[in-house]
Amino acid sequence: MFLINCPYCGERDQQEFKAGGEAHIERPKQPTELSDDEWAEYLFMRKNIKGIQFERWNHAHGCRKWFNMVRDTSNDEIKAIYKMGEKPPSQ
Amino acid sequence: MTKNLRVKSSEYIDETNRISFKFNGKTYHGFKGDTLASALLANDVHLVGRSFKYHRPRGIMTSGSEEPNAIVQINPGTNRTEPNVRATEVEIYEGLEASSQNCWPSVDFDIGGINNFLSPFFPAGFYYKTFMWPASFWEKYEFFIRHSAGLGKSPTSSDPDIYDHRNIHCDVLVVGAGISGILAAKNAAKNNFKTLLVDEKNELGGSTIYENNEFNKINNKTPSEWLKKEIEEFKNIKNLEIKTRTSVAAYHQYNYLLARENLTDHLEAKDKTNKIRQRLLKIRAKKVILATGALERPLIFNNNDRPGIMLSSAIKKYSEFYGVSCGSKNVFFTNNDSAYESAISLYNKGINVEAIIDIREQSESKIVKKVKEAGIKIYWSHSIVDTAGYKRLKSVSIMKLSNDGTSVTGSKISISCDCLGVAGGWTPAVHLYTQSGSKLKFDEEKKVFLPNQNTSEQISVGSCGGDFKIDEIIKNLNQKLKDTLNINETDLDSIKVEIDQENSKRNIWLLPSDKPIGKTKPFVDYQNDATAKDIKLALREGFRSIEHVKRYTTTGMGTDQGKLGNMHALGIIADTAGVKMGELGTTTFRPPYTPLTFGTIVGRNVGKFFDIFRRTPMNDWHVENKAEFENVGQWKRAWYYPINGETMHQAVQRESKAARESAGILDASTLGKIDIQGSDASEFLNRVYTNAWSKLAIGKCRYGLMLNEDGMVYDDGVTTRLGENHYIMTTTTGGAANVLGKLEDYLQTEWPELDVYLTSVTDHYATASLCGPNSKKILKKIIPYLDLSDENFPHMSFKESKIGNIQCRIMRISFTGEHSYEINVQASYGKDLWEKCIEAGKEFNITPYGTETMHLLRAEKGFIIVGQDTDGTMTPIDLQMDWIVSKKKYDFIGKRSLYRSDTMREDRKQLVGLLTDDPNIVLEEGAQIVSELNQSPVEMLGHVTSSYFSPNLKKSIALAVVRGGKDMMGKKLFVPMENKNINVTVANPVFYDEKNERLNA
Ligand SMILES: [Zn+2]
Repeated sequence: MFLINCPYCGERDQQEFKAGGEAHIERPKQPTELSDDEWAEYLFMRKNIKGIQFERWNHAHGCRKWFNMVRDTSNDEIKAIYKMGEKPPSQ
Repeated sequence: MTKNLRVKSSEYIDETNRISFKFNGKTYHGFKGDTLASALLANDVHLVGRSFKYHRPRGIMTSGSEEPNAIVQINPGTNRTEPNVRATEVEIYEGLEASSQNCWPSVDFDIGGINNFLSPFFPAGFYYKTFMWPASFWEKYEFFIRHSAGLGKSPTSSDPDIYDHRNIHCDVLVVGAGISGILAAKNAAKNNFKTLLVDEKNELGGSTIYENNEFNKINNKTPSEWLKKEIEEFKNIKNLEIKTRTSVAAYHQYNYLLARENLTDHLEAKDKTNKIRQRLLKIRAKKVILATGALERPLIFNNNDRPGIMLSSAIKKYSEFYGVSCGSKNVFFTNNDSAYESAISLYNKGINVEAIIDIREQSESKIVKKVKEAGIKIYWSHSIVDTAGYKRLKSVSIMKLSNDGTSVTGSKISISCDCLGVAGGWTPAVHLYTQSGSKLKFDEEKKVFLPNQNTSEQISVGSCGGDFKIDEIIKNLNQKLKDTLNINETDLDSIKVEIDQENSKRNIWLLPSDKPIGKTKPFVDYQNDATAKDIKLALREGFRSIEHVKRYTTTGMGTDQGKLGNMHALGIIADTAGVKMGELGTTTFRPPYTPLTFGTIVGRNVGKFFDIFRRTPMNDWHVENKAEFENVGQWKRAWYYPINGETMHQAVQRESKAARESAGILDASTLGKIDIQGSDASEFLNRVYTNAWSKLAIGKCRYGLMLNEDGMVYDDGVTTRLGENHYIMTTTTGGAANVLGKLEDYLQTEWPELDVYLTSVTDHYATASLCGPNSKKILKKIIPYLDLSDENFPHMSFKESKIGNIQCRIMRISFTGEHSYEINVQASYGKDLWEKCIEAGKEFNITPYGTETMHLLRAEKGFIIVGQDTDGTMTPIDLQMDWIVSKKKYDFIGKRSLYRSDTMREDRKQLVGLLTDDPNIVLEEGAQIVSELNQSPVEMLGHVTSSYFSPNLKKSIALAVVRGGKDMMGKKLFVPMENKNINVTVANPVFYDEKNERLNA
């Protein structure tokens, strides 16, 4: 059970949070301009890395804010947490 | 007459408090402070159970939670009965009853014991090999296995006890209250760390509390004397919470640990009532100090499992702590000095020790000298090759070990004895450590796995960290405490230790016998009856991975999780396969460390708290009027209102007719309601719904369809524009929470520039939906001054009004196709509103209807229910709802996906109506649809999604999804059922009032 440091509320138990998949996948601004393949790339393709992964998390049972997390999926170490719109920390 | 083997008064046993208890139906006596095991041993009862596979008689082996044999059923036949309890952990109380498990008809005469003599036919993997084929026989095999296995009986009546959960946050959690744990907790608390100390036993002090070895001194006192004083002092330290009878079950990531606190199991039945029995502690600790100690290992030799064969350390504890002698003729078998301490403990109390058999060539420590002086015979370089005695040990046979330890030589000596203490060295209890995800490393010199790489802020101190001698323990503990607590000095700085302990040890994982291995029974896992022979067989059959050998032989898979035998199993595999133990690694130690009751796990979430239901403000009225309820999401919704013993079908037919002929009323309070405000609210709705919103006038309502980004229908509902920048959105009952979450996600992550605020107001409003040709008259009675004319209050519009003093919002919208109004009031007035409507509607025979009738009425109109007629694979085009998809809008969620090659296929499943040729046959929802009957295999074209008998149309109607159904209007299809084929015709899904004339009736 992770201890997650919500950037708005502080450390809370994982039970309060919802995982939201890979981070930094921006919704295309002009979807109609995209080919089927390009749209499919946005819609379906997600990384599943053993190692450093960038993820979205939501404090669903708290402030309900979305934020980003850098997590090492091999040992579940949370490397960094930062707000939506902020730049990911350089590795 | 049973023997009394009490040898001296112990300070931990209250001999003034005599307790009677029953074991296997017979009454025995013990004292307050005894465990079931110590009390039985005091009565000379060793035989307590039968082994799992061979039904061999088994006795008490240990004095703690690692016990593999003495597994009993507590209070059999009562509502407090509990199976699989270790007799070594049960504190006795007046009236306690316990019985052996896995034996029938009795532990003394067990029919399954025949398996012991058939054992050549029960090799490793026996069950896998024998019961695999034919598969259809499995049920019979299972019956046989379950009957002969019978590891205890679960209670059949409901649990009378209360269980609880508690969250604890602490700076330092110390697990284990032996010498290391106590010193660690004391120093942490003294340095202002909020500290919690837990121990599974009822007494603090671990094994040091009865350590009276005269050759070991701490500050010139025996370890026992010294530690007792420490404990006295530290009980009053602030910042320190101590919990005994508390076993840590699991150590998860981020220092999150689960522990079971036992509060009433040691009390008499009359004192258990209305108290919390067990509490699950959910502990989040900044730092964890593991002081879980070490477990003594047995030795693996032929017939090493007879009742009377015990761990040497257990014999010492029974003698020193409980004042009980485990036998009158004792022999020890050892590979290190521990057995000598146990022997001296017995000798000091005048208990006869016949001999010590030591596989080492010699040892020169003071304790060994003392044993020699006491005149106890020591057989150096000898090994036990066999034992005798079926239900109780009678003798051991020993022979001289060869130099390399792989064989025995010379003549056989038989030693008569009734108790054998075995000492095979100590295994650090690293179970919790590995559960935390931390990694072990094999120490070739100590022959143990030790903590190596921590994943969280934790340290392992004392013997679980690999320090077995008191001087080493104090020294290393001191340094670790300073490092982890970041302090400069501790109490330990001034502790002076004198010690005499020789480390000399000889490790032989499997001791040889004069018989070939095939003819011996050297048990490695007592509970699962796995022998060294089974492990070797597994290796011969090609198993190499330790995890595979474990599963194939079932070694380490019992309720004790192989706490005693795992190391031997690894050692034997390593020796046989010629690899290093460190390379093999260990098997995974899974939580819980000791079994938990279901009660502890579920805590207070039982009965009506098992799953919390949401109820509407009108709920009491529905209950009073005998509604049947259905679960929709977490809601309890009125399903139908049977009167005069009506069936569901009869009630629904009556309700449906009434709603169309005069007036009906539905509790629609459960619909999700989201308040949307902000200067970009219209733009936001444009982006999340498929249709356009900018031009919706204030005071008007519009139906909207919401898609996922993949183009599939996600939710639907009516949204009303309350003001320039203010909307109220309704969602499906089950979808409310997810819709809010999705909208928030887009607002926060994709469109943070939009000025929009979302608030869930589902619980704030109660909603009564008034429908039918007389609904207008009823509303007029309730709010006489409101102009209900079609000009002032047309379909799909909204009015704010008052019922008396109560503010209300009224939407003229319809899910039934009838003229209808949805009246919303503040939730606390919900029941009042409902009763006013019923009262006003009396003269029109207003009929309350439930969800079933609502479903029927909307199906007559061909309105979809998201989640019933859709399943996450239907686009609006598939639903033939092209009209709601805006062609003009540049973008909305899911738009691009509607133009993917797959979503544009003509042969997708599409929503159609179905009419049965025989109007009285009602199709089953979920039934399959085909176009050919005499073809096999036949293509499944689709399935029925909604089906009812319509009382208004007097025929059966259905909605279905059918491949290419859009172009099949009028086509004959078939619904094949188990014993008949039903002929159907594809029809327009709008069965009733196609022109929507009734909306304005
Ligand atoms: Zn938060």
